[in-house]
Amino acid sequence: MNAVIEVRGLRMRYGDVDVLKGVEFTARRGEVVTLLGPNGAGKTTTIEILEGFRLRSAGEVTVLGVDPARGDEAWRARVGVVLQSWRDHGKWRVRDLLRELGRYYVPYRKPFGADELVAAVGLADSADKKIMQLSGGQRRRLDVAIGIVGRPDVLFLDEPTAGFDPQARREFHDFVHRLTDLEETTILLTTHDLDEAEKLADRILILAGGRIIADGSADALARLVAGQAEVRWRQHGELFVHATDDGTEFVRKLLAQHGEEVGDLEVHRASLEDTYMTMVRRYESGETDAAVTEFEGAGR
Amino acid sequence: MNAIHNGLRRGWIEYTAAIRTLTESANYVIVAGFFMVVLYLNRNRTVDGTSLHFPALALPGLLGMLAVYTGIVGAAYALASEREDGTLLRAKAVPNGMTGYVTGHILRGALEILTMLVVMLVPALILIDGLFATGLAGGLHLLWLFPLGLLATLPFGMVIGSLATSPRAIAGWGLMVVGALTFISGVFSPVTGQAAWVQGIAQVFPIYWLGLGMRSALLPDEVVLVEIGQSWRTLETIGVLGIWAVAGLLLAPVVLRRMARRESGAVLDERRRKVLQRL
Repeated sequence: MNAVIEVRGLRMRYGDVDVLKGVEFTARRGEVVTLLGPNGAGKTTTIEILEGFRLRSAGEVTVLGVDPARGDEAWRARVGVVLQSWRDHGKWRVRDLLRELGRYYVPYRKPFGADELVAAVGLADSADKKIMQLSGGQRRRLDVAIGIVGRPDVLFLDEPTAGFDPQARREFHDFVHRLTDLEETTILLTTHDLDEAEKLADRILILAGGRIIADGSADALARLVAGQAEVRWRQHGELFVHATDDGTEFVRKLLAQHGEEVGDLEVHRASLEDTYMTMVRRYESGETDAAVTEFEGAGR
Repeated sequence: MNAIHNGLRRGWIEYTAAIRTLTESANYVIVAGFFMVVLYLNRNRTVDGTSLHFPALALPGLLGMLAVYTGIVGAAYALASEREDGTLLRAKAVPNGMTGYVTGHILRGALEILTMLVVMLVPALILIDGLFATGLAGGLHLLWLFPLGLLATLPFGMVIGSLATSPRAIAGWGLMVVGALTFISGVFSPVTGQAAWVQGIAQVFPIYWLGLGMRSALLPDEVVLVEIGQSWRTLETIGVLGIWAVAGLLLAPVVLRRMARRESGAVLDERRRKVLQRL
């Protein structure tokens, strides 16, 4: 079993409000897992518990085989955390900060060199700039560089692209892909951007109402939602729309039966967005437990 | 060991970067310039009971006050700002990062106090007669007084910086408290001129004792006649500053650890939201 992150029955209670009500999931080595969910669903709370920055109320959590609440400095050296910087270290130069932070990892592992790292995140031209002179997108790339300076085995990113323009977002996605290709880093990231989840994740977890209500690849999730495909066509000048479980089979029959009468044929796969909306709506109408059951096994 | 070494590098990088920044280095010059002008304008004023003029008598007390201000208020402000802007959270995300951070913070604070004192002393030695009348003995006196002053102030600065709700609270209250204490601590006029209960309050705080220690190091012996008990009270100076140092060193790790434990991305985000709202 090479589970890097294991979460069983995780509960978090603030005052008398239950934010997490028994979260369960695992992440394997080298996997990119996205935690998706509406605002206030507990994404940040979950990730901060895994980072060791927040104490849970109940449940079993291990990251790299260690309970984050008891993680020592050697454990810390294997965990990368990408923080959303704001204005810290404004007077430091990019290269200096990366080099100095890298030194802390030396007793444990060989950190990335500062030059190597600025090149990897596309900040080579800004390496000698003061951090306060960087643009928002550049700063966020620096945040990622700081998160991976110690070559982490597991990397946590909480809403890494919030406030990015489309170009910066695409560059960031490319960067994450390179990261997982080169090193066998396990990545857990939160987002409420469905498009991002679909592009980056090997596996998507949907967190709603304090529980994981879905767990699977974007594809598997989409396939599991009822009415997965929508077929549209025109026949005798009239538009037809039909929802079906098996688009291919339906189209085969349609063409066999009506042949050349059929025109403007379109088959739409349920998108992740449809899936997500369906899942969250189901949760909100109280069908959560049924939904969880239905999606079990989707990730395998 | 590695983390302490990294922390010292960190403190040095931060200090040299600040010194090279015009606004920060100008700060030292402006503060020193302001007090030099005040002293110069009062250069002919004499102080009852001594043969010295006002500038020589006031300067040592000013040095003590500035050391306390830099060591407690300045260091607390820096810590609270770095808590607010996420520097501390970053340190927490790195192995042994907090050890490095605290080490760097202490070194930077010490260098800032030293810089402040040097920037004050250099023009003072040129402009003011009667300083270092004590010669070598006075210099040796400073050798133990300075580190003791650091220990009495910097850990307490960290405690206050950890407990404060925001850096702005420290800036406001710090100036007021230090200003009031300076007024009663015998910096501008002998403390023996104050009512007995005021003298009592002054003697609780390090401003008075650092000022007294500075006067005993820099001024001729005859000045001792205007001090409490007509004595430099060296042992008492070591005692009171020592109590501040021990209390600070005992409290700082506990308070710092508690504060660091609470830092997280969500807490930081909340603070950022509040600051941006105010702007």
